[in-house]
Amino acid sequence: MDITYSAAKAPMRRRTHHPVPVGKILVYGIMFLLLAVSLIPLIWVVRTAFIPKELTLDLTAIAWPTLENFRRVLAAAPFGKYYGNTIFIVVGVLAIQFILITLAGYAFARIDFYGSKALFVLFLSQLMIAPEVLILPNYSMMAKWGLTDTKIGIMLPFFASAMGTLIVRQTIKIIPYELEEAAKMDGANLFQILWRVYVPLLKPAYISFGMISASFQWNNFLWPLVMTDSVEKRPLSLGLAMFAMSYETGMQWSDVSAATVLVCAPLLILFFVFQRQFMESFMHSGIK
Amino acid sequence: MAETMTPKVNLGAGKVLADALFPQEAAPNSVCKIDVEKEAAYETALKKEISNKWKRTLTAWLLLAPSLVFLCVFTIYPIVKSVISSFYLDNLSVMQPVFAGLSNYIALFQDKVYWECFWNNLLIAVVTVPISIGLAVAMAMFANSLKWGKAVARLGFTYPTFIPLVAAANIWMFIYTPIYGLLGYINPNWRFLADGKTAIWAVMVMLIWKQAGYIMLFYVAGLHGISRELFEAAKIDGANGLQIFTRVTWPMLKPTTIYVLIITLTNAYKMVDHLYIMTKGGPGNATNVLLFYIYQTGFDYWDTGKASAMTVILVAVLLIVTSICFFVQDKKAYYNN
Repeated sequence: MDITYSAAKAPMRRRTHHPVPVGKILVYGIMFLLLAVSLIPLIWVVRTAFIPKELTLDLTAIAWPTLENFRRVLAAAPFGKYYGNTIFIVVGVLAIQFILITLAGYAFARIDFYGSKALFVLFLSQLMIAPEVLILPNYSMMAKWGLTDTKIGIMLPFFASAMGTLIVRQTIKIIPYELEEAAKMDGANLFQILWRVYVPLLKPAYISFGMISASFQWNNFLWPLVMTDSVEKRPLSLGLAMFAMSYETGMQWSDVSAATVLVCAPLLILFFVFQRQFMESFMHSGIK
Repeated sequence: MAETMTPKVNLGAGKVLADALFPQEAAPNSVCKIDVEKEAAYETALKKEISNKWKRTLTAWLLLAPSLVFLCVFTIYPIVKSVISSFYLDNLSVMQPVFAGLSNYIALFQDKVYWECFWNNLLIAVVTVPISIGLAVAMAMFANSLKWGKAVARLGFTYPTFIPLVAAANIWMFIYTPIYGLLGYINPNWRFLADGKTAIWAVMVMLIWKQAGYIMLFYVAGLHGISRELFEAAKIDGANGLQIFTRVTWPMLKPTTIYVLIITLTNAYKMVDHLYIMTKGGPGNATNVLLFYIYQTGFDYWDTGKASAMTVILVAVLLIVTSICFFVQDKKAYYNN
């Protein structure tokens, strides 16, 4: 670059900084408005859940928060049971997924083997055609095996995860190969290498994928809907829908809101508390 | 294929997807990075490894086997099974499935409801995908640019990701319900969900609200991956904000965008839970979509043959739509170093 060019540019640049940046204010204004719009549904449902039932429809009403609505909901439907089912499903699926994606992700990241490309495309196909699209054939398969209306039946199609495998693969590729070499020198076998070298370094991948996968299982609806017949096997999402469907009129909003808050709260609180760790993990795992 | 154009840097999931379709030689990345001293030692080691490729193949296949079993049983086999049963007449009128050729497909093409679902789905994809992506980029850049309150902005945009779609549907019912809903306070006569013309748009607003924050997560990670020097360099060259975005930020985010495109496009066909609460596909079939119609046909009317044919077409649509993402993308975008 010649000096005259940048010298001529310099004062111009300074000048553009001085006037009121209208465009910038406009953009920021719109974004803050969007943020408010995004938050309104949450504020609205939390307010309705905690305000006394009589005041639900009075937008300007202010009252001490009450747990009365929650008490009624818990008395009307077995949300404790639903919680247990959902937690069982989420923890079970995550545990198996973590093992499978670590093994598969390592194979794709570090091993040069015959058939790697074909297998990788096969894995990617799951990213495009998720198990929930295949509810009908999967259901008839489960019915044949007698696994309908069981928790294991709800969990089975999700044990293998293309997305998780991808994230682990990407994260392993960032980890220096020398670490594995050093462990090999020390005479570590493959599983010791995986356990001691990679698993600790894959923490960001586990956190970010774990959060996504947990929220997917927590929120999954259509598959458990076709799979379960009995109340005892229902997960939270399904319980909530059944509960909401039993009230068709707007007069029960406080109850439905309380139930909605009950279902959403654990994941939201988890996310709010660990927001920083989650975001950091997201940035440092292979997801980009 | 275009092997020479692929870079040696790890660019994230989007790049990986591209790699799968534009394969390059899988050389251990680290080999080229070590100093000359070790290189000779490495070379012999590498030669030894090549002779061991069959051994490694066995190891890799064993590591992949558990995932592979589940993938084949719950993704590949069901697709094959759907194709087969789509050629059979299998509903409540027959005791045993009867081979029926293409009659299920022909029935579908004559089914007005099916076509309505098809076009609704297309509309949802065409509208929600670009808007969600655009909003997500804007939200990610906005949250990143804040000096304080970064966390609040991120939380405020992202939290809908962690809410079940059925719960989101409940909340938005409170917003859309005429007279008593939140929008009822502005105009009691608005009946967005009850009107066949507006219902799908009302649903799409909720879908965008639900998924934009999720997409934003990927862009926050993507923005984090762009080296700061590029922005500095652009600023020194006198580029304004818009130029920096169109010439630096957006091209550098391309790998993220490919990945996100696949997520949003498949989401456009997968998100159906809300219909169960909000409209049941109505009024008429104004908000009905393919997957929900599959559910209705398969589990309400027990017409397995027809529902299988719909599954086959949906799988084909998803494959075509996501493949387009790969082929349309411009490989030259990967110049990050």
